[in-house]
Amino acid sequence: MTIQQLSIFIENKKGTLLSVLNILRDAHIQIVASTISDTVEYGIYRIICSNPSRAYTLLKEHGMSVTISDVFAIELDNTPGRAAKAFETFAANDINISYMYSFLLGNKGVIIFRTPDTEKTREIISLNKMNFISQNQLNEND
Amino acid sequence: MDDRSPYLHPQFECLSRSEIEALQLERLQATVKHCMNSPFYKKRFEQIGLKPSDIKTLDDLRKIPFTTKQDLRETYPFGMAATPLRECVRLHSSSGTTGNPTVILHTQKDLDQWADAVARCLWMVGLRPDDVFQNSSGYGMFTGGLGFQYGAERLGALTVPAAAGNSLRQIKFIKDFGTTAVHAVPSYVTRLYEVMKETGVDPHKDTKLRVLAIGAEPHSEEQRQRIEKMLGVKAYNSFGMSEMCGPGVGFECQEQNGLHFWEDYYIVEIVNPETLEPVPDGEIGELVLTTLNREAMPLLRYRTRDLTRVLGRTCPCGRNHVRLDRMRGRSDDMMVLRGVNIFPIQIEKILMSFPELGSNYLITLTTDDDNDNMTVEVEIAEMFTDDYSRLQTLTKNVTRALKDEILLTPHVKLVAKGSLPVSEGKAVRVVDKRKVYQ
Repeated sequence: MTIQQLSIFIENKKGTLLSVLNILRDAHIQIVASTISDTVEYGIYRIICSNPSRAYTLLKEHGMSVTISDVFAIELDNTPGRAAKAFETFAANDINISYMYSFLLGNKGVIIFRTPDTEKTREIISLNKMNFISQNQLNEND
Repeated sequence: MDDRSPYLHPQFECLSRSEIEALQLERLQATVKHCMNSPFYKKRFEQIGLKPSDIKTLDDLRKIPFTTKQDLRETYPFGMAATPLRECVRLHSSSGTTGNPTVILHTQKDLDQWADAVARCLWMVGLRPDDVFQNSSGYGMFTGGLGFQYGAERLGALTVPAAAGNSLRQIKFIKDFGTTAVHAVPSYVTRLYEVMKETGVDPHKDTKLRVLAIGAEPHSEEQRQRIEKMLGVKAYNSFGMSEMCGPGVGFECQEQNGLHFWEDYYIVEIVNPETLEPVPDGEIGELVLTTLNREAMPLLRYRTRDLTRVLGRTCPCGRNHVRLDRMRGRSDDMMVLRGVNIFPIQIEKILMSFPELGSNYLITLTTDDDNDNMTVEVEIAEMFTDDYSRLQTLTKNVTRALKDEILLTPHVKLVAKGSLPVSEGKAVRVVDKRKVYQ
């Protein structure tokens, strides 16, 4: 139901993003999805990739400030209105979304998100029989 | 005193160099003798086998060990006192943020002498009993408040204890009371001017301001000239420190060419902060002061940690009291920001109390639009979250904790691990980009 996400603290300086990418490239780790929001002084670079625990160790060895955390990843048919339907369910159950982003995996849409209440979110996903993807599905791309 | 006299105390202000030195020797000998009533000095003299009678010339001063702020801390609160507490009437104390606080005691005579010294400074820059003196500096433990209050009253000026802050009210007082002179830290003067502009007050037309006493915060000659131009006043640099009573130690005369340090009150030495040997006139060194007429807490060869140099010992104003340059920095790592004394260790202590933060940090001081600002960059230890709001909360909490400690709000900036100089060895922790030290 959850997959692992890397969150890297990066300063808003030239070349910092590139150095992260180079480390992953050299280790043949494939980035499946990534997002970075802009703030004035620093950003959090969030990455979904193959073999996240190896990526985590590598980045740490290179002195990066990185954390690994579990995020929800649900799979939706790539048709209009599917995301709205999913989030209606969360809203109806008072679940806030801390952040979310999405990507395509094959012909399916995948929505990555975090909520303040992980347990409750798990329940809702199970009860509503939502499709979720596992880390293994991502590692298959290795 | 006749208003037309340029001197409030001509009998002291106009002494020749040799007369000053004769007076200093006489007062030094009396001071050293009196110091034997202080448990601290009595012990210190006994330890090195020095007797008050060994002080026969002014040069013999150098036989006496230096007194440091650490000595004041270790004798906290009353171990330095040379008079019984029942004869003391006032206590000033520094904040104890870097260890024990320091305490300075005063007898009534000490307070009188202090008021005299400040009155002499204000008279020197042209204030007379007709003047209205508004003291816009902090009161309480900050000696610039009561020091100028009593000094201006001693001179006979109508004295307004406006204290710091509330700019609109300050400006109303300046207009309504016909304030002619203000004492404030330079950055606050700039602030007052900004508020005047915003509220449509023209200091040249709408006020009677003509004299400003500025001090307690390093400022450049350019900053002084800007203040003079914007307010249409003469601004005079004031030097004081709580260990030496407060204001009234050194003050510029109308020549505005260095601060006269009152040598009937203090013996001034400038020493190399490393070797502690005297440096020649004109060379920058650490200011060391010996009090000459203090009862409750005489201090011998007190290391001020302020760096300055001797500009001259004569002056067209007719005073032969040594002229010192504006302070050029510190021989320790103390920073003075908006009149507040801050040691990097205070900041370090707060940063280290947050487990989310690493041990590397960098303090940068800048002058932006005449305001002195502090930026604290600190590395995060490990990435502890994937959530922005937690980083923002951390920044907010660090900022608040720092403000509680140093009384100013710094700009706190989180940086990535490994991006600042490491803490081993002699890492640069403070970068002072303010105009004053350029």
